[in-house]
Amino acid sequence: MAFSEHWHIRTFPFSLGPDPSFSVSCYHNEEVDMTKSQLRMPAPIRLRELIRTIRTARTQAEEREMIQKECAAIRSSFREEDNTYRCRNVAKLLYMHMLGYPAHFGQLECLKLIASQKFTDKRIGYLGAMLLLDERQDVHLLMTNCIKNDLNHSTQYVQGLALCTLGCMGSSEMCRDLAGEVEKLLKTSNSYLRKKAALCAVHVIRKVPELMEMFLPATKNLLSEKNHGVLHTSVVLLTEMCERSPDMLTHFRKLVPQLVRILKNLIMSGYSPEHDVSGISDPFLQVRILRLLRILGKNDDDSSEAMNDILAQVATNTETSKNVGNAILYETVLTIMDIKSESGLRVLAINILGRFLLNNDKNIRYVALTSLLKTVQTDHNAVQRHRSTIVDCLKDLDVSIKRRAMELSFALVNGNNIRGMMKELLYFLDSCDPEFKADCASGVFLAAEKYAPSKRWHIDTIMRVLTTAGSYVRDDSVPNLIQLITNSVEMHAYTVQRLYKALLDDISQQPLVQVASWCIGEYGDLLVSGQCEEEEPIQVTEDEVLDVLEGLLVSNLSTPVTRGYSLTAIMKLSTRFSSVNRIKKVVSIYGSSIDVELQQRAVEYNALFKKYDHMRPALLERMPIMEKTASNGPTEIVQTNGETEPSTVEAKHPPPVTQPTNQANDLLDLLGGNDVVPVIQTTIPTKPASAGGELLDLLGDLSLSGGPAPAPPPSVPTSQPPFLLDGLTSQPLFNDIAAAGIPSMIAYNKNGLKIDFTFERANPNPNIAVITIHATNSTEAEMTDFVFQAAVPKTFQLQLLSPSSNVVPALNQGTVTQVIRVLNPQKQQLRMRIKLTYTHKGSAVQDLAEVNNFPPQSWQ
Amino acid sequence: MIKAILIFNNHGKPRLSKFYEHYNEDTEQQIIRETFHLVSKRDENVCNFLEGGLLIGGLDYKLIYRHYATLYFVFCVDSSESELGILDLIQVFVETLDKCFENVCELDLIFHVDKVHHILAEMVMGGMVLETNMNEIITQVDAQNKMEKSEAGIAGAPARAVSAVKNMNLPEMPKNINIGDISIK
Repeated sequence: MAFSEHWHIRTFPFSLGPDPSFSVSCYHNEEVDMTKSQLRMPAPIRLRELIRTIRTARTQAEEREMIQKECAAIRSSFREEDNTYRCRNVAKLLYMHMLGYPAHFGQLECLKLIASQKFTDKRIGYLGAMLLLDERQDVHLLMTNCIKNDLNHSTQYVQGLALCTLGCMGSSEMCRDLAGEVEKLLKTSNSYLRKKAALCAVHVIRKVPELMEMFLPATKNLLSEKNHGVLHTSVVLLTEMCERSPDMLTHFRKLVPQLVRILKNLIMSGYSPEHDVSGISDPFLQVRILRLLRILGKNDDDSSEAMNDILAQVATNTETSKNVGNAILYETVLTIMDIKSESGLRVLAINILGRFLLNNDKNIRYVALTSLLKTVQTDHNAVQRHRSTIVDCLKDLDVSIKRRAMELSFALVNGNNIRGMMKELLYFLDSCDPEFKADCASGVFLAAEKYAPSKRWHIDTIMRVLTTAGSYVRDDSVPNLIQLITNSVEMHAYTVQRLYKALLDDISQQPLVQVASWCIGEYGDLLVSGQCEEEEPIQVTEDEVLDVLEGLLVSNLSTPVTRGYSLTAIMKLSTRFSSVNRIKKVVSIYGSSIDVELQQRAVEYNALFKKYDHMRPALLERMPIMEKTASNGPTEIVQTNGETEPSTVEAKHPPPVTQPTNQANDLLDLLGGNDVVPVIQTTIPTKPASAGGELLDLLGDLSLSGGPAPAPPPSVPTSQPPFLLDGLTSQPLFNDIAAAGIPSMIAYNKNGLKIDFTFERANPNPNIAVITIHATNSTEAEMTDFVFQAAVPKTFQLQLLSPSSNVVPALNQGTVTQVIRVLNPQKQQLRMRIKLTYTHKGSAVQDLAEVNNFPPQSWQ
Repeated sequence: MIKAILIFNNHGKPRLSKFYEHYNEDTEQQIIRETFHLVSKRDENVCNFLEGGLLIGGLDYKLIYRHYATLYFVFCVDSSESELGILDLIQVFVETLDKCFENVCELDLIFHVDKVHHILAEMVMGGMVLETNMNEIITQVDAQNKMEKSEAGIAGAPARAVSAVKNMNLPEMPKNINIGDISIK
């Protein structure tokens, strides 16, 4: 690709007549008037020539080479401040940018183009600015003045370009500077500018919410506009304002009659070629209006009343042979379900969705499932009628539909249909793609726990999940299942026998192996004695059982955690089996294991055999029944076996002093015998809060992880040893004790940052609400320098304890928690303003929010 | 809000990428690749919605796409947009392109990326729908093209440019370059 080939000196074609094929105009027209530059250097190749050249590249490397050459030429042209070809060069850069090549060196050139007088230059300049500039770099601020001038330009298209750019990439500083101009244009009579100004205003509000009120006067006449583009964008603007501020929402409720009128005109008006899409008049505008109505009618009787009729009209009159009609119908249904609509209308809506479910078009089926999912909570029985259709969708080939159907199926499970539904869902779990297994498994667990018809069924179901999808289940399912098994005393013999058999079949599913090891350790005596009533008892000897457990210790398939479970199980069997010597031997072998955890446990167990043999039977006694405390449902903190994360979170800020007893007491209750405590304390005074705690914790040993000398139970200080029961029950379980009764809430959910509040009321002083915030981050980058601040009205007093961390890990892989204590002596309704600052992908983010919807239990 | 609009061909070659939120160049390419990977493995007879990939916003986002002959048109949107509505919007977009380019084909998009951007800018602005009336979009785009034309005064290039495009003897010139049946299903 030698540029010299492109020397084209030509005579100027000043006499060109009208050219019918002109529709391909671009910026290769600058050939006029370029004699000077052509004498100096070869004209850069045109965009189309570049594209053509690039397309001849046979390999990626060849393409890269071509582009590098061209970039070099462009750079040198930029250096020479060549005005004639700048536009062409930037256009080429944008093409390369699309292909994924770096083009940031064209940023300043875009600014120069914007400043040019020519429309051609401006057009490419603004396009380049939108594609190449980043509001996180200060360069973009240089544009502010140009945009300001262009917003006041005499040509509407130049104004349009400026509005479009500002609305796409204006930073908060720019928005602050230019909001006045936008507001002026929002009042203009020129509809081309007005619609752009409306969307620009939305962008400004998103960037700088304080500026919202500035646009309020201009919204007055927006809905009386005839132009549909302006109407559409105005509705978008109104929606944005309503969603952002409750005051605006109340203010705009008075617009409901006007919106209803517009909608009515749309559906009543005959064919208008301008707005017709497949026989329906401006479906886009209809959908937007229905969305706004949904927001306005929510929780408001009067507004809902005012829109009931029109919704019924839309629902019955819309032609549904085409996608557009269904789009409107779908939106109507959602609106009916969200507002306080009449019951007849709701039935109509659900029936429409039922019809959707039978539609041949997969898209329609998909949205039907999505919206049924939204309504299943409020209109459970109506949705229940479509159960068989929904279950059929589980067999659909389309993953999108399958996922929705799965979610909806779980939502439909209840006490009456649990057996049938579970059969379908377990069948689905067997055959589905790996991506579904984790969600499906935890769904089965939840449903089984809520509606299990019998304990045996429950245990069977969970074991079935563990055997079919064991490696996909959440880590907390192991402790949950163990707890469930412990509590069903009459099932112990049956369970341990089933698990033992499962273990003989397959030792690759780690969660299953862990549960099985635990149970064999606990109930090994029942297994060997063969006293199972539910099933044909099996004949096993003590040695066979130990063989299996030892097999787990040496198997390559076992994870370190599994080995720990297995060693502990063997240890427990020393009091249940007669072959103590064999167990002693195994334990002492692992005293020199290279796995530090295993080694430590083995050394400790060895010590039990030698120095403290008299304590051993008491220590290894069967675990007492664990009291059912709270739902084992999805807790916010996702635990992984043997990881320290949650415990460090807890350790850094112990629960408030006002309720020191409940946690420690519950823990001690579980232990049964307190007398063992001091002995172990002196034996192993090492490793506070280490991940290893859990193994002996399984034995129910309180003070293993060190800490201050334990006093008698009731006065156990708040330095609750972490990991006390890890592996058995998860930490949040205990927090839930105090939180029981007060629902948690989502205080903030924006840009991937989600903040949940959970509540406790301090026992001695009911005026104190203890709020724990849980911040999670669903984006792909972590949030650093995270600071959460809160303010309350003067009648309250607020104390903010230190957070667990200032980094919120990405992809929901961890939580930052922080405790707030609010003293509310007058028991007023709790209100709070929160301020969040953090750094995300290198840029600082700051946001304010107001939290008003505290559950009444938290302050009454 | 619409987070991104992507057009790529059956081989994953980008033909237009417009992001309404800033990503660096590498991430943009990754998103395009991921999206192509997700969309291209889907059968023709499945629905046009897909829960978003990991890169572009996670679960709240959906990919809504249509496949026309050699090209995929993909819109990535959040829950504030109507799924079915976006499908119609894609249709309007393609029909508009068809009118502007007179039987639009992949080559038109390749050689006139900038023009496609200008058309899109009259339809979607800052991630929000601006105008859905096809005639209005075309009128405004044409008027701006005319302004460009008048600035150049006279034009030597277009005639040659057209013939250049038409006569390109590219070895890999696609056989079936028409976008084909664009009537609404």
